[in-house]
Amino acid sequence: MRKNWEAIRIIWLRELLRFWRDRSRIAGFFIQPLVFLFIFGAGIASSIGRAQVTGFNYMQFIYPGVIGMTVMITAIFSGISIVWDREFGFLREILVAPIPRWTIVLGKALGGATVATIQGTILFLLSPFLGFGFDILLLLKLIPLMLLLSFSVTSFGILVASRMTSQQGFQFIVQALIFPMIFLSGAIFPLTNPPLWMKVIATIDPVTYGVDAFRQILLKGRVAPAIFSELILHNLAYDILLVAIFGLVILVFATYSFSQTEA
Amino acid sequence: MEEPIIEVKNLTKTFNDLTAVDDVSFSVKEGEVFGFLGPNGAGKTTTIKMLTTLLKPTAGAAKIAGFDVISQKDQVRKSIGLVFQDQTLDENLTAYENLDFHGALYGMDRAKRRERISQVLQMVELASRAKDIVKTFSGGMRRRLEIARGLMHFPKVLFLDEPTLGLDPQTRAHIWNYILEMQQKERTTIFLTTHYMDEAENANQIAIIDKGKIIALGTPLDLKKDVGGDVINLKTENNQNAARELAEFFGITNTRETDGLLHFEVKDGSRFVPELIKKLTVHVEEVNVHGPTLDDVFLAKTGRALRDEEISQTESWRERHRLRSRRN
Repeated sequence: MRKNWEAIRIIWLRELLRFWRDRSRIAGFFIQPLVFLFIFGAGIASSIGRAQVTGFNYMQFIYPGVIGMTVMITAIFSGISIVWDREFGFLREILVAPIPRWTIVLGKALGGATVATIQGTILFLLSPFLGFGFDILLLLKLIPLMLLLSFSVTSFGILVASRMTSQQGFQFIVQALIFPMIFLSGAIFPLTNPPLWMKVIATIDPVTYGVDAFRQILLKGRVAPAIFSELILHNLAYDILLVAIFGLVILVFATYSFSQTEA
Repeated sequence: MEEPIIEVKNLTKTFNDLTAVDDVSFSVKEGEVFGFLGPNGAGKTTTIKMLTTLLKPTAGAAKIAGFDVISQKDQVRKSIGLVFQDQTLDENLTAYENLDFHGALYGMDRAKRRERISQVLQMVELASRAKDIVKTFSGGMRRRLEIARGLMHFPKVLFLDEPTLGLDPQTRAHIWNYILEMQQKERTTIFLTTHYMDEAENANQIAIIDKGKIIALGTPLDLKKDVGGDVINLKTENNQNAARELAEFFGITNTRETDGLLHFEVKDGSRFVPELIKKLTVHVEEVNVHGPTLDDVFLAKTGRALRDEEISQTESWRERHRLRSRRN
């Protein structure tokens, strides 16, 4: 068992090292969330936000959403490292080692989750500029949630990647999945009275629960209780439970699918 | 008698209706260098994949260090090191990190890893490049690093699939020095495939494989002895007539022709040639005599030369590698 943990640790560490060495990814890492925040915050907020709700600004609504979105995109794309390893032959080095396949999946999922959480944390450091002040306690509550959401979503990325042999193929599928997962999660606009089909998708979308949890933590006590209860979908424990269940189920599927691959 | 470290019995692998490996049996003693020799597509890589648990045999059995390759995969994997034909390094990590990663996957603790990394890097003369990113390494350095990595966890058997493929002659010679050195220093058993006949001379035992079947098995010396004396290559204005006359005057009937050259074996080549030239009525354009090589063994057993296939394989490998490095 100790040997399995050492294998998980080194696979996790490699994901971080690779990320750290990849300059273009690091640049995108800082720029992407700022772009989202600017586009959604400044653009949409000025046109619809203020007109509809009083006592609350759209930036406050969108900020938890952008954190969720950023964490989710980084997490799901980190599944590409499996495709990448396969394309460049390194996956064989891992697959012939005398370690169980689940350690590989777990190490990769933890690696993607760590990178995504660091990104979410950087985004949180902007909170003083958006009228949230800086509250270290908020961050401490947010970090485990970001880890949980990104772990679940990375597992999903790994599931998609487990059989893929080309990076283009992976990107194509992930792009197609990302948009519904983000837009129907309530990250960008509230899901207060959605049509049925949208409600169904939102219900099975783990990002819905992740964003809902982020929003509760960030908005509690900062907006009027009436608005708060209108914006929030579920209670926090329920959100956490669903993200965790989703993550575990997907992790099992991903491990199974990945175990079927030949070296 | 000592138990062989690799024991292969009637190993067979079929893909649909193609038999890639056909009823192959052999055994390898501990500490030996065993060369698996044959042209492209002969079944070398398929055999290595079965012995290293990456491919399930259709029939037959194999044991590595006493462990069955089908039912005891994990123990087999722990006992072997593996250097693939294609590169399997992480180019974005340093040489040290690649080795450290490997050691951790094989359950070595950190102190042991650190000690072993410096050992294996020294062995392949890469110690001064430990902290460099692999992307900056040449092809030969990468191959050396892969060999070092294969040795990292003290395997009982190191499998090398075409370890010198695509490298220049000087680098190939270096790689061989490392291979023989680790055999001596660590008593690692080495199983390697190659299609370079001259390299296979370095092995203690050789199996020549063609079309999935082992056609010769033994020490390089014994195999060459079997060819029978010296090999004569003859080029004349009319090889057909020459062959007829060889049979008529000298009783030599096992002549073979490739690339416009007649090949045959005689006991004492240097004394035979003057006789030959005296008696032949066909005009002789070229003649050369040499002691038998493994090329001649292959030729004698299959009636084909290995060289043409060798060139085309190296070419296609280069092409593949070029495409790959362009993508990076």
